[in-house]
Amino acid sequence: MDWQAIGLSLRLALATTLVLQVVGMPLAWWIAFSRRRWKFLVEAVVALPLVLPPTVLGFYVLIAIGPHSPVGAVYARITGGLLPFSFAGLLVASVLYSMPFTVQPMVAAFGGVDRKLIEASWCLGVSRAATFRRVVVPLAGQGIATAAILSFAHTVGEFGVVLMVGGNIAGVTRTVSISIYDQAQSLDYAGAWHTSLLLVGFSFVVLALTYSWQRRAWILWPPH
Amino acid sequence: MAATLTAECRMALPGGFRLDAALALPLDRAPVTVLFGPSGAGKTTLLRLLAGLERPDAGLISFHDRVWCDTARGVWLDPQQRRAGFVFQHYALFPHLTVERNVAFASSAQAAARMMERFDLTALGQRLPRAISGGEQQRVALARALAAEPDLLLLDEPLSALDAAARIRTRRELRSLLVGAGVPSIVVTHDRIEAMALADWMAVMVEGCIVQTGPVREVFARPATAQVAEAVGVENVLPAEIVSRAAGLLHLRVGGTALECLDGGERGSALASIRAEDVALSRDAAHASTQRNRLQGVVRAISIEGPLARVEMDCGFPLVALVTAQSAADLNLLPGESLEAIVKTTSVHLIAAG
Repeated sequence: MDWQAIGLSLRLALATTLVLQVVGMPLAWWIAFSRRRWKFLVEAVVALPLVLPPTVLGFYVLIAIGPHSPVGAVYARITGGLLPFSFAGLLVASVLYSMPFTVQPMVAAFGGVDRKLIEASWCLGVSRAATFRRVVVPLAGQGIATAAILSFAHTVGEFGVVLMVGGNIAGVTRTVSISIYDQAQSLDYAGAWHTSLLLVGFSFVVLALTYSWQRRAWILWPPH
Repeated sequence: MAATLTAECRMALPGGFRLDAALALPLDRAPVTVLFGPSGAGKTTLLRLLAGLERPDAGLISFHDRVWCDTARGVWLDPQQRRAGFVFQHYALFPHLTVERNVAFASSAQAAARMMERFDLTALGQRLPRAISGGEQQRVALARALAAEPDLLLLDEPLSALDAAARIRTRRELRSLLVGAGVPSIVVTHDRIEAMALADWMAVMVEGCIVQTGPVREVFARPATAQVAEAVGVENVLPAEIVSRAAGLLHLRVGGTALECLDGGERGSALASIRAEDVALSRDAAHASTQRNRLQGVVRAISIEGPLARVEMDCGFPLVALVTAQSAADLNLLPGESLEAIVKTTSVHLIAAG
């Protein structure tokens, strides 16, 4: 078994989940409570990775973070390195790719918090930020946990985007799904079999846990 | 009259409802003001405008010498800056926090402990909101709002979440809690009895507009317009003397006639209020019935109002009954006839005088 690839996948998934918790939470908050008319456009953009082929997303990310792009140029000036075919580049792509898996459960959870409770807190003189921390987060905790678990599991399982953006560098960008692909290509069926079984077991346990906590499906946007 | 709270708000709501309300309340002279009106009049929206939970399309709200909202000059204070406690219709207690932590949510532990004691909540401190009764939830909501030391208290239909028995009990208690709170309060209600039992001052709202404000008895006694009369229309408000009490019942004397009602702890003189639709008429004085208030009277006048007949009786005091036109015809009611008017004990609502 390619333990190096498994370790890399877990590190990538953990980093992606953490970044998404920070980036996704305000975005989900905005989507859940904004009354802007063009909100649906943002929802559609966030949900795009659900339907786009990973190669399409991967291709655009590759272009967008390349050395000739503004993002790539700034990154190169700061770190002296390149984003494509690096762990950091992989992280950027994974964050975009798993965004709906963080944002959608959070929107559902935030939307499920009775607005009167939030208003009650405001009327008691508690600031918006403190209200979020003391009322919304505890009451939406289950949804936030679901978001983290799904994003983690989804990142562990990604293939196309990783291959497009990260390539296949052992110890740097070769994740477990790419390792399985390699094993199958080189006719190492026993290795592919073991690693695949590990991923199936992992994914099943994660989903079973998630659904046992929360009956509501997470793929569709909640009504709001 | 120095108004301590003035509000002039215009707001169009989705669905075509328009609110255009001008309100001036002397809160320093009247501890409890009721914002009264039929369902859908815009009372809750106006209360939310006062709290800063809604923004008017155009408006000016000021409290004492502080401007809370002035759309013309772009002044806007958030709910946090207004120091107006809000008690929601279903109380909006934080379900993940114990009673104690709800009360202490925005106050010091000492202030919270004081409130817990004053509202008789100390024994419930470690329970979650879902494990206490509706009346207790209401007290928690009040204690939580007051622990944050507001300058004004806003209550949205505070009794409507309670069942009928608890509502009658809580009505009196709420009045004394509000008067004892030390800050003026504005209570939204659509219930006439609640309005009379709770308020010193009253503002009547109909179809998005404030149509009359004044001392509560004056508004009930002298509705300024037919609209207000219809909104506040309790036909029978009678001065009553409490004669005795026994087994949870009060025995009253109204005019020269005895009446009884449920004992809510009132003393001395009071006003007995009976809705006209709660008065039944019978020609046969002999038949057995569970009704305890059976009053002999003479029909003074009958007027037909659509499917209903309004029968004015003299039972030693004037009493108006509202029955269906059909049953008035079946009884063949005529002025000058003797009849029995029947009122259930639970339909006599006592309002402490003064």
